[in-house]
Amino acid sequence: MNTHYAWWLAIAFVVLGPLVGALLAGIDRRLTARMQSRQGPPILQPVYDVLKLFEKDTLVVTRLQTLYLWFFLLFMVISGFILFLGSDLLLSLFALTVSGIFLCLAAYSTNSPYSNIGSSRELMLMMAYEPMLILVPLGFYLTTDSFRVADIVAGSPWQVLQLSGILVGFLFVLTIKLRKSPFDLSTSHHGHQELVKGLTTDFSGSDLALVEIAHWYENVILLGWLYLFFAPWGPWLALPIAFALFFVEVLVDNTHARLTWSSTLKATWWVTLLVGVTNLMLLPLVV
Amino acid sequence: MYSIGLLILFPLLAGLAIARAPDSTIRAQRVRWSAGAIAVATILLTLLHLGLGPEFYSVPGWLLWTLDRFFMLAGVALALVLLYFCRRILAREWYIPVLILLQTGLMLSAELAPVHPEVAHPFYIDSFTLLMALIVGVVGGLICLHAVQYMRDYHAHEHAVADRQPAFYFVIFLFLAAMFGIVFTNHLTWLFAFWEVTTLCSFWLISYSGTDEAIRNGFRALGLNLIGGVTFAAAIAWLTYGPGLHTWELDRLVAAGSALALIPAALIAVAGLAKSAQLPFSSWLLGAMVAPTPISALLHSSTMVKAGVFLLVKLSPVFHDTYAGLLLSLIGGVTFLVTSLVAVNQRNAKRVLAYSTIANLGLIVMCAGVGTAAAMWAAILLILFHAVAKALLFLAVGTTEHLIGSRDIEDMEGMVYRRPEMAAMLLVGILGMFLAPFGMLLSKYTTFQAFLSMDVMLGDGLMLAAILAFGSAPTLFFWSKWMGKLVAMPRRPQPSTEPIARDELLALGALTVITYVACALFPLADKVFVIPYTHYLAVLGLIPDVQAVIPWETVWLMTLMLGVLFVLPLLFWWRPPRFAEVSGYLSGANVDGSASYRGAMGAERMVESRGYYMTSFFHETTLLRYGGLGTAALIALLIGGAAL
Repeated sequence: MNTHYAWWLAIAFVVLGPLVGALLAGIDRRLTARMQSRQGPPILQPVYDVLKLFEKDTLVVTRLQTLYLWFFLLFMVISGFILFLGSDLLLSLFALTVSGIFLCLAAYSTNSPYSNIGSSRELMLMMAYEPMLILVPLGFYLTTDSFRVADIVAGSPWQVLQLSGILVGFLFVLTIKLRKSPFDLSTSHHGHQELVKGLTTDFSGSDLALVEIAHWYENVILLGWLYLFFAPWGPWLALPIAFALFFVEVLVDNTHARLTWSSTLKATWWVTLLVGVTNLMLLPLVV
Repeated sequence: MYSIGLLILFPLLAGLAIARAPDSTIRAQRVRWSAGAIAVATILLTLLHLGLGPEFYSVPGWLLWTLDRFFMLAGVALALVLLYFCRRILAREWYIPVLILLQTGLMLSAELAPVHPEVAHPFYIDSFTLLMALIVGVVGGLICLHAVQYMRDYHAHEHAVADRQPAFYFVIFLFLAAMFGIVFTNHLTWLFAFWEVTTLCSFWLISYSGTDEAIRNGFRALGLNLIGGVTFAAAIAWLTYGPGLHTWELDRLVAAGSALALIPAALIAVAGLAKSAQLPFSSWLLGAMVAPTPISALLHSSTMVKAGVFLLVKLSPVFHDTYAGLLLSLIGGVTFLVTSLVAVNQRNAKRVLAYSTIANLGLIVMCAGVGTAAAMWAAILLILFHAVAKALLFLAVGTTEHLIGSRDIEDMEGMVYRRPEMAAMLLVGILGMFLAPFGMLLSKYTTFQAFLSMDVMLGDGLMLAAILAFGSAPTLFFWSKWMGKLVAMPRRPQPSTEPIARDELLALGALTVITYVACALFPLADKVFVIPYTHYLAVLGLIPDVQAVIPWETVWLMTLMLGVLFVLPLLFWWRPPRFAEVSGYLSGANVDGSASYRGAMGAERMVESRGYYMTSFFHETTLLRYGGLGTAALIALLIGGAAL
């Protein structure tokens, strides 16, 4: 990939990432509404929501929570920056992990029982999906001999077939990453769950807006990961497929009930083992 | 050459001087000066030998003869001392004296052999050795400094424990001397003598408090390490009498390659596994946590247990591309996975640190078994980063315990607000243990790369990579959970104004800075300590000549992250946000801040919430039992396979 082009892409992610993420969230809400035979909000509603949050008073339990949330946002941006720069995928994943941990720390710091359990559950979810997420760069490394995103994009058109098990595993953990049902244990878009708003219970005003913006970035990053599987086919084919798969998650969200943490952990690790690790072990035979 | 002799002898003399100090003030002064002198001496030695490549030293014939006799007598004396301690064993610990006799018998039979191998170069210095010496000297020195005040407080709290501080410091300095001996000695029988001295020191220091538990745990450590001692002695006997290779020199053993050296290397590897507390030997390290915290920091996390993996990494070229190496990696891998899972169960901070130490040593063993340049690179940097960050964490937990009177993680709630300086140090230590962009994670990154390019059998490296992926997840969970407790806003004020003693603050502060700087300057550490070593092995043709290279792009991205972690808190401190502070949400009317609320029927309810330990999900005893059985079978395969 041309270096200048890569820099522009990375900068475009930093500037336009939230907008794309907001649009994804807007479409998600609209689709969900249609599945439930409702009209649904305008596509740009998430943007209006966040702009409104910035105008509200911000109440904090401790001022340090804002610091941790800034870390959450910044490391999310760094992770996406690395990804769209075409640099190291494993490094991008590490930055994503750091970012997730800072969100948990922010919630832990407020120390209300709801945030507390929410962040513990979020950590358990991280423990559940982390092995599968690590297997993705490892799979790409075996097919392209590199952790670099630029090399993966220029990889073999067969890689999605070679990595089909890993793709299935990734789609499974994507449901957790997007905080979709049945895995929306730590916080939920649907009200009336036992944890109030879980992780985000004690965030308000601009603090909550930071969380939302970071989630938009996160969704763009995850879409980017999904795109990587199909990337060698060129953007005209790969982008629509990635979008389509992304919105299949909305369908899953609306058709499944929430699981408990222990069944989530078990299910995720079994899927990782059966689909991901098996695919990885068979890979030397098919590359 | 003379500098090596000095480094080994000086701690011994210092230990004697400290033991003979007339009162505690003078003793403390002598400990400080000696610790400082040792640290400065190792730094000077490193600067003098930097970039010179491996140097081997021969000694005059009469000295070699004298030292040979000296170490032989020392070995016998050591056995007698250990047998004397065995007067306090229980009936079920009968195997300990048997192992002592067995090991001494094997050693004597080798040393008194009619013809034994000539040793041309008993001492050596290379860049890996220098790094180990720096860890022993600087981290060890700082831990001694921390011990001065810690031990005073310890005896002020524990009245039942007899105050044996003069002997305590003597044993610590004896231990430092033995560690220098281990890292600089090329002569295997001498190295073995130093090795056994560390076992003795560990045993004595674990039993220090003299309680029944401490004594039993001391004997368990002794017994399990003696198993390693016996296999080490068997390796030396094999190298004396066995067919094929005849040498008592470590470098020649390594240079002989897997065709000739596999059997003795596998035997020594078992000794390394025992010393590094890998499964199935791991239980002794948990028991060792009864020792005072500086001991846990010095012997049981940053130096003595590192001697085991030090030898394994040294032998790593022999294991390269062999089934024995793969088995070794698997033993490390099982240990890493099992102990990481078990650590999730622990509430006691020292036990978390102990399990995490075993897990990280397991990771290093995994790398040592692979034996490529990239794997050795990762292993050596893991040794460095783990030594620094873990020493910091142990000492910080020790100081915290004296400040808040508990080492339970739940009791550390709100440390960021109660003791900001302690919390900052603990947080840097924890971040250094597992999070990007700190060094441990960097090594993990390289480890993945090294595993994926392994070539012993189909899917070998992938299996190890999958183990690493699954083992890293619980690591993330238990560290973050702990950090969550530290950063939590306390529900009620718990003021603590007791100042931290100057010595402790100095040691902790220095280790915090070293943890941070080591991460920022890792390309330097890489260039100065690791690359010369792996390059030398590659030139000798012992490992394939593919060097681990971290691309500059990765380095600057890492630096960017480290910078963000540093600058953002400064910005916040400079211009804090002006948001209104309220108490947390309790789904009722808060009565006393976040501590209680008005619940149903108008009753005031107290708020309690605790972390998740998942004891019903991961079962400590079951996991350890199966892990132990599995690794024991792997060790049997390792030795059996090497012998066939």
